[in-house]
Amino acid sequence: MNVRDIFHSMDYGPAPESASEAMDWLASHKGMFGHWIDGGWTKAGKTFDSRNPATGETLAKVSQASQKDVDAAVKAARKAQKSWAKDAKARARVLYALARLIQKQSRLFAVLETLDNGKPIRESRDIDIPLVARHFYYHAGMAQLMEDELPDREALGVAGQIIPWNFPLLMLAWKVAPALAMGNTVVLKPAEYTSLTALLFADLSREAGVPPGVLNIVTGDGAVGQMIVDHPDIDKIAFTGSTSVGRKIREATAGSGKKLTLELGGKSPYIVFDDADLDSAIEGLVDAIWFNQGQVCCAGSRLLVQEGVAERFYTRLRARMDKLRLGDPLDKCIDVGAVVDPVQLKTITDLVDGSDGEVYRASTPLPEGGCFYPPTLITGLQPADRLMQEEIFGPVLVGTTFRTPAEAVDLANNTRYGLAATLWTENVNLALDIAPKLVSGVVWVNATNLFDAAAGFGGVRESGFGREGGWEGLLAYTKPRKPLKKIDKVDPAAAPEKAEADTLDRTAKLYIGGKQARPDGGYSRAVWSPRGKLLGHVGLANRKDLRNAVEAMNAAKGWSTTTGHLRAQILYYIGENLSARADEFASRIDAMTGKRGGKAEVLASIDRLFTWAAWADKYDGRAKGVPIRGIALAMNEPVGKIGAFAADDSPLLGLVSIIAPAMAMGNRITVMASEPYPLAATDFYQVLDTSDVPGGVVNILTGSHSELAAQMGGHMDLDAVWSFSSSDLSAVIEREAAGNLKRTWVNHGRARDWAEADSAAFLSAATEVKTIWVPYGE
Amino acid sequence: MPDTSNHPTREGTGTARGGDAHLPQLHEPRNAGMALDMDWVRAAQANTSAIERRAATLPGRRSVKKEYQAAWLLKAITMIDLTTLAGDDTEGRVRRLCAKAAQPVRQDILDALGMGPITTGAVCVYHDMVETAVDALKGTGIPVAAVSTGFPAGLSPLPLRVAEIRESVKSGAQEIDIVISRRHVLTGNWQALYDEMAEFRAACGDAHVKAILATGELGTLRNVARASLVCMMAGADFIKTSTGKEGVNATLPVSLVMIRAIRAYHEATGFRVGYKPAGGISKAKDALTYLALIKDELGDRWLQPDMFRFGASSLLGDIERQLEHHVTGRYSAGYRHAMA
Repeated sequence: MNVRDIFHSMDYGPAPESASEAMDWLASHKGMFGHWIDGGWTKAGKTFDSRNPATGETLAKVSQASQKDVDAAVKAARKAQKSWAKDAKARARVLYALARLIQKQSRLFAVLETLDNGKPIRESRDIDIPLVARHFYYHAGMAQLMEDELPDREALGVAGQIIPWNFPLLMLAWKVAPALAMGNTVVLKPAEYTSLTALLFADLSREAGVPPGVLNIVTGDGAVGQMIVDHPDIDKIAFTGSTSVGRKIREATAGSGKKLTLELGGKSPYIVFDDADLDSAIEGLVDAIWFNQGQVCCAGSRLLVQEGVAERFYTRLRARMDKLRLGDPLDKCIDVGAVVDPVQLKTITDLVDGSDGEVYRASTPLPEGGCFYPPTLITGLQPADRLMQEEIFGPVLVGTTFRTPAEAVDLANNTRYGLAATLWTENVNLALDIAPKLVSGVVWVNATNLFDAAAGFGGVRESGFGREGGWEGLLAYTKPRKPLKKIDKVDPAAAPEKAEADTLDRTAKLYIGGKQARPDGGYSRAVWSPRGKLLGHVGLANRKDLRNAVEAMNAAKGWSTTTGHLRAQILYYIGENLSARADEFASRIDAMTGKRGGKAEVLASIDRLFTWAAWADKYDGRAKGVPIRGIALAMNEPVGKIGAFAADDSPLLGLVSIIAPAMAMGNRITVMASEPYPLAATDFYQVLDTSDVPGGVVNILTGSHSELAAQMGGHMDLDAVWSFSSSDLSAVIEREAAGNLKRTWVNHGRARDWAEADSAAFLSAATEVKTIWVPYGE
Repeated sequence: MPDTSNHPTREGTGTARGGDAHLPQLHEPRNAGMALDMDWVRAAQANTSAIERRAATLPGRRSVKKEYQAAWLLKAITMIDLTTLAGDDTEGRVRRLCAKAAQPVRQDILDALGMGPITTGAVCVYHDMVETAVDALKGTGIPVAAVSTGFPAGLSPLPLRVAEIRESVKSGAQEIDIVISRRHVLTGNWQALYDEMAEFRAACGDAHVKAILATGELGTLRNVARASLVCMMAGADFIKTSTGKEGVNATLPVSLVMIRAIRAYHEATGFRVGYKPAGGISKAKDALTYLALIKDELGDRWLQPDMFRFGASSLLGDIERQLEHHVTGRYSAGYRHAMA
């Protein structure tokens, strides 16, 4: 085409970004990489090809790590950790240098990322790499502030990190920056499709003064990931990737004591109300589902449009899709690049071909060869259709309609996932009403896919747990300085040879839905005092009693939307009513334990109730300083329905110490009472009954902790399980929790000092941080 | 926005500009307008943050290089309303401008690019300069546009504003750039805006009318969207951002709002209304971004001088330098190109 022809056609021509610097860097390594361990390269071992998905050409040969390599990396990380953890301000400088280095080499990183991953250069250049630099800047600041702001916390140790191929360097930053800032050392494995920017990062890290062993990069496939997960000398696993692999990691680490954060899949709703700026909402979809070829865990992939505007919206959306330009990812005038690998392309193709919906593929030319899939819209689907439920992880949007805001919320939440949600409306009342009702870790109002280091990111339900970014993200890489002691098993007093029983029988029941309930199984256990006195009987709860308790918690969902002020009053009232019966509780405790600590325990329990009443209206969220005109609100929301095993040793204080924070933060809770000393809990339900606690908010079960641990851990309708039991339940709960990937907080055989409220730990366990982004401007 | 079925497509029923040989693409029917549809006007939304994000990322999403860039820049020149709107305009100044409009690019550069002759889209002047401009442009095919209706504030008596249009048309102006009464927008008096615009359109007769919204004075993007719709309903052939005299003139966000309104109006009525950003566009790179915006949001049909204009005075100079750079591979200097 000559100038005159183009003058008439007004076509976009090619606008290629040069790959030569990136290719030079690969060539300087002879196109062959070992692992980055202890501050240097290992010799390449058994290698595999890293390909450019847009062309199929091999970019480099990357090594498949062996167990020996992983061991060496972990050993180097362990060796380096102590001294790395010593000086937070020195770490700040290293992180600052890394941030600067990313900026200085930004184009090299961007081009290499695009070559390796297939994403448009526009995205790697304007989004990925700037966010990477931002993450290191932000966490340089966190290292600087650590001693002042987190005086009670310290590094976990060695972090094993496994990241996906969709944002290779950005996910590295999300993992490495907070870990290093808090004094951990890391062993990171990039995805096998996209190892190259991680290797470049390692190569350049020398220039930032990262000490040997602090950062270790091992490459390879899932087998290497498993070596990291299973490694006994790793303290924490951070994983971003598919829900199925996340579930396996949850199972594999169960009971190991390794800390775990999982950022998994999603099927995020994208809600368009009829008063929205429809053109902007359509443009938002371009950023939601055609960003990075739709290979985004939080992609707005499930379109929900209000019925009255749906046809017009679809028509305009299809017209917009036709304008998207597919092609060479290195072209600066391209919207959609290549899917990461032929395997992924086939998955997408098969899923779409199997759909019954109305499939519209953008009428935009597809490049020859390479892994390209056209932007696709599938309408006319119902929630029951497979594509409305399953993550496609490609440039495919599925859509359906709704009638009312309430129905929009129901449809949005009708999913196993809970990562992100987007809503469009010009009505501030509607926006601020709907955002908190969406079950997800992130909500974007009139925008989509906004990210920042200051704003927490992460999901609920099967989208995983833990947050990355912000102060909340640091919890995943720190632990309390104070070590916990080993827990002693507390056994019930054995039945005496000669029984002493009261003349009048007193029967403790289970407490479910605000009512006393006989145990479903029809079995009870006698509770003896150490002196051989029969103190009463308690029911042995079974799985059906647990089921009933969860149903009761469902019925009490209104509790989660009550005000903190109201919850405070009820907690105070419980304290007041407990105080009125202090002597009775004290003697009951003494009778069960055979000790004299009852009075002090009751007083501490009343105090604990007052503490949590105080907190009920004070655990404020934050308004995050994100670099947009707008606010990112970090709202502390209740986790939902919690199942808990109370401490065995402190029958009342241990109970109150978990019920009260759960209640204060708006959760509903079902507690297995202290197994050896259950009667304080059954007496306590009478206090609840007289204190205006709505039925179902607190349910109390009695019986064997071990019997119910698997049931509680595996219950699909529980959002979290806590265990402070002196029975060894941690492994079974964590393993069973993999089913719906609920949060767990188990003691791993460590004892808690119930004399302390430890508010920080309970506040964070009893809440989920939801980040609500609200850009504004008129 | 109403359902399309309420507004049957009237493509082909408008009055073509017979005998107006100066503008290319004469087959496009003029916007016949429609009754004021208040439901549509009131439902129009413009989310500022989202619009700004789209505008901010556009330059990063679209890039035109090498011979494509040269061709696009040549196209941009054909869409410039080469403008002088100053109190010290004289006949001599206007004739110089007209000469530049007729020969906007040095011949050797055009030759090197393999291009035939091109001209700017129009010359834009005050009423008193219309006759001079018409005379100076005789035989070039370049239309004269007159700013009118008490430009730039539009606050002279309505009969005088209407009479001014008639005078300019009588003097030979083929395009009339009117200014709307901003107060009608700011007070939500859409009927008054509609009536005023319809009266201006009627006074223009066969001359095409460009409605200047003075977007920098309308307060919100939503007002821009609504004013755009009302002016199109009342028969505007073009909608234009600014007089060039407001504090803020053409911007990408404002442009996005206006061209989305044009698109919606086309969807509903079948009429294509033209777009003219004016003021503040002085760099070749900015011009390319605008053209990409038009191409992506409205389509190629709008990338012709009968559908798109730049209101600009210094843009041409920067484009000339870029074209010479394309030809020689070396950066150019202003004095190497004839001044307007």
